[in-house]
Amino acid sequence: MAAPLTLLLIVAVTIRAVLFRSSWAELISERVEVVSPLNAWKRVVEGLALLDLGVSPYSGDVFHETPFMIYLFHFVVDYAEIVFMVSPGLVFCLSRFLTSLYLFRKQKYALESDRYPADCLELLRSPKEMFYIPLKVAMFYLLNPFTILSCVAKSTCGLNNAIIALFILCTLKGSALLSGILLALATYQSIYPLTLFAPALLFFLQRLYIPVNLRRSSFWFFTLQYAFIYVGSLVVITGLSFFLLGSWDFIPSVYGFIFSVPDLTPNIGLFWYFFAEMFEHFRLFFICVFQINVFFYTIPLSIKLKEHPVFLIFMQIAIISIFKSYPTVGDVALYMAFLPAWSHLYRFLRNIFLVSCVLLACSALFPVLWHLWIYAGSANSNFYYAITLLFNFGQILLVSDYFYAYLRREHHLTHGLYLKKKDGTEATLVLK
Amino acid sequence: MGLLSDPNRRKALTGLLTRLNTPICIVCYLAGIVWFMGLAFEPFTLRTYMSENAMGSTMVEERFSSGERALSLAKEFDAHKRQARGMPVEWLVKAMQSRGLEVFTQSFSRKLPFPDENKERYMVRGTNVYGILRAPRAPRTEALVITAPCSPGNTNNQAVALLLALAQYFRNQIYWAKDIIFLVNEHDLIGTQAWLEGYHHTNITGMEYSPLQGRAGSIQAALSLELSSDVITSLDLVLEGLNGQLPNLDLANLFYAFCQKLGVLCTIQGKLQRNDWDTAEGYTHAAQTMMLMVLKQACGRSWGDHGLFLRYHIEAASVRGINSFRHYKTDATTIGRLLEGMVRKLNNLLERLHQSYFFYLLPSLSRFVSIGYYMPAFGLLAVILLLRVSFPGLCHCFSVSLQPSSPGVLTVLTPVVISHLTGVALYLLPVHLQEMAVEHFPVSETEAVVLTAIAIYTAGLALPHNTQRLLSGEGTEQGWKVLKLTALLYLAVLLGCTALINFSLGFILAVTLVPITASITPHMPKALYAVVMVLLSPAFTILYCVFIYQELIEAPVSVSEGWMLFLSVISQGILDHALYGSLVYPLLALFIYPCWLMFWNILFWN
Repeated sequence: MAAPLTLLLIVAVTIRAVLFRSSWAELISERVEVVSPLNAWKRVVEGLALLDLGVSPYSGDVFHETPFMIYLFHFVVDYAEIVFMVSPGLVFCLSRFLTSLYLFRKQKYALESDRYPADCLELLRSPKEMFYIPLKVAMFYLLNPFTILSCVAKSTCGLNNAIIALFILCTLKGSALLSGILLALATYQSIYPLTLFAPALLFFLQRLYIPVNLRRSSFWFFTLQYAFIYVGSLVVITGLSFFLLGSWDFIPSVYGFIFSVPDLTPNIGLFWYFFAEMFEHFRLFFICVFQINVFFYTIPLSIKLKEHPVFLIFMQIAIISIFKSYPTVGDVALYMAFLPAWSHLYRFLRNIFLVSCVLLACSALFPVLWHLWIYAGSANSNFYYAITLLFNFGQILLVSDYFYAYLRREHHLTHGLYLKKKDGTEATLVLK
Repeated sequence: MGLLSDPNRRKALTGLLTRLNTPICIVCYLAGIVWFMGLAFEPFTLRTYMSENAMGSTMVEERFSSGERALSLAKEFDAHKRQARGMPVEWLVKAMQSRGLEVFTQSFSRKLPFPDENKERYMVRGTNVYGILRAPRAPRTEALVITAPCSPGNTNNQAVALLLALAQYFRNQIYWAKDIIFLVNEHDLIGTQAWLEGYHHTNITGMEYSPLQGRAGSIQAALSLELSSDVITSLDLVLEGLNGQLPNLDLANLFYAFCQKLGVLCTIQGKLQRNDWDTAEGYTHAAQTMMLMVLKQACGRSWGDHGLFLRYHIEAASVRGINSFRHYKTDATTIGRLLEGMVRKLNNLLERLHQSYFFYLLPSLSRFVSIGYYMPAFGLLAVILLLRVSFPGLCHCFSVSLQPSSPGVLTVLTPVVISHLTGVALYLLPVHLQEMAVEHFPVSETEAVVLTAIAIYTAGLALPHNTQRLLSGEGTEQGWKVLKLTALLYLAVLLGCTALINFSLGFILAVTLVPITASITPHMPKALYAVVMVLLSPAFTILYCVFIYQELIEAPVSVSEGWMLFLSVISQGILDHALYGSLVYPLLALFIYPCWLMFWNILFWN
């Protein structure tokens, strides 16, 4: 296991190092699909320059990183390519997490194999299959062109991904304290990981055998405990930022920027075109609608998936990366790294082929239509937005397909693989 | 969503697609071709109209009257040109200065990667002369360009002279709101390229040039003028630019409107317009005009000086004087008036031309086919690839190939990598190996480059499937299906992207590549299908295009002449890539050819 992982790491680092030294790096770091106003390296450099001059980096409308980020880079700016060292680190975390998941499931497998109907055994993963999952996850993340692009562009998105991965790792290891702190850090970085609070809480409750029951005091006790860790560290981190910077400038400049979407540079998300076309007096209303949209899915999904918090984490990350205000391909890569972990769902996926084609074609069409719009001047923003829409449609289809496959597998696990209708003919499951 | 989530309806749909796969594909292919040919039929096209407000309703009056003086200037220029054995730079500078322009020169030099035998040049050294007429009524943030290439021999003297006469006339008018740049460039496209790169402070092709001393604002539009005789019979409009880019249709409309107003005979692709669309001859004529445009656009080169402007987001067209329709005569004064009118309308622009279409085909000057009408023709061909992809056997392979434990992925990787390496060799070696080839074989550099390219192309046919067999043993049934799936998807994405940037190129490639790629399997009679595949390969497509083009411009060639033309087309393609950054050669070498090789691999799988 260690040997292939090392090899993979060497390959991944080589690809990145080569790209860093090539003339492509500059081109890639200008692509709107890869960097957003929130995480562009160019803006970090600008912020650092302002900081060195003794000016608040948030004066002006260029810099939107959190204070922690700028102080981090203040110390390591000479080793800027550290960004690209971090992302392999992140994957090690992820694969470690899946190793732990694997151990956890292995025990569960032993328990479950006599509990389910006999014909469902083929639905359960054998330990041998699970053994390769960490390697596959690492491969999906490290060799994913999206990750490579985002890393070569020195987008700070890689760091945010690392924090989220660390949070998942700590959660699965069962450390409520570390998990709460890292979740707070992730929230502090980009707000949206707030929705991961629910799956993390559900995971701990399940781990400690506390039933989700509003009348039980143990439930409330643990929830309050975890919420306290989370909110407490969030307050501490924000307070620390204030003391580092000496002002609250960063609140409107980072969180206000994320929420009110003033920068309408085209990206792979859904916001820019919509808000560029909007009448000004509807803007507030639709910003509320769009932003609530990201958070809203937490409630129904938590109810539906309360037994499966790890899958819920995946769903939430995917939803965040689709609906957030400034998405980049780095965000997409994060949830795609999870896909091999659900390799046992392949037989229930229905549109995976269609979705792969759509995502592939869109990835090729983004630069083409951008060229036609910006350089040739012959196409216009509608062409580019059409592809954005299609790309997001593909992502949504992918996520809902996995969701459906997961539910269907659960159904089969309890009801048997070959369903019969009442009259004895073969039945099919329909999602309506 | 019902169709995607309801298993019964899905099953019915996939069942239908599987059962009728081949008939549907054939129908789609024929429908695509018929649709495309139907585009030239007049009832299916739209009449052109001026979309730009600033150019539509504003009337201008043309008063240019010094056509005769222009012709005498042309003689003077000719004399000086002979004397200087090239461009008479000093005379031009003086002539422009005496007409009240701010005059600057730019010298440039460029060593071609290999000698250009068509134009007989290798080390190119030249000078551009340009004069700026400053706008009296505006803050000089925008400019228009009129350019006339100074060609060797006694061609194009009249264009330069008319340019000077226009400059003199324009200088005395008070209504200019944009600076007007009069550019006389040497060595046609190379000079234009040097000037444009100097103007925009870029260097994308490794040209050496002196920086520009004088500048005007951002260039809004450009007109290139080519005239070679005192009296011309008609004016031809050339629109096709680098990489198949076209200027805004309003520029063509503007030209057409003024030709109508002044009663000048105007053509496109050298073809007059006919009014009898309902007869067979009328339709054939329109179809020929459109096919010529498609062929010219597909080859991706710049068909006049205007083509390089388009890359900088400047709308530009070339106006070329033709002397072939004996009954009509147009004198220099009328052409001057026509240009005056066009420049004055462009002068009225409030923003860049953007109202009208950028994607169009022209079956005649007064009719156009927009992107919405011609894209379905390509879509019908592309959908065949997708239908073949969704072929259930292949679909199944996809889900199998997702499991990394299966051999599918690795067996596919070898041919894909080898095909692409062959493509890289085809892209890099011809130019880099020319010296070695010249040493060992009795050929010139140009021939060496072209023949090396053809040799690598042919060698590629032998290489991939042999190495593949060597590396991974006998191919499995699963293996070729996965490879075909990959190749079909690859081709579909490739052609889709190409058709968006350059519709004609995408369509021509689709017409020849789709039928064979969609039907190929290893179980077919090898010899027969190998011949068919080679006959439908990208290189033969170029050959056919050469013959069709010659047929359409009514200069049919014999087989040997056609072959020589084919060789020169290849060398021109490589030169265009090196000199101006045309993308057709790298596209064919690095993507289309390897993709075709993948299908070639499938045929020889076992």
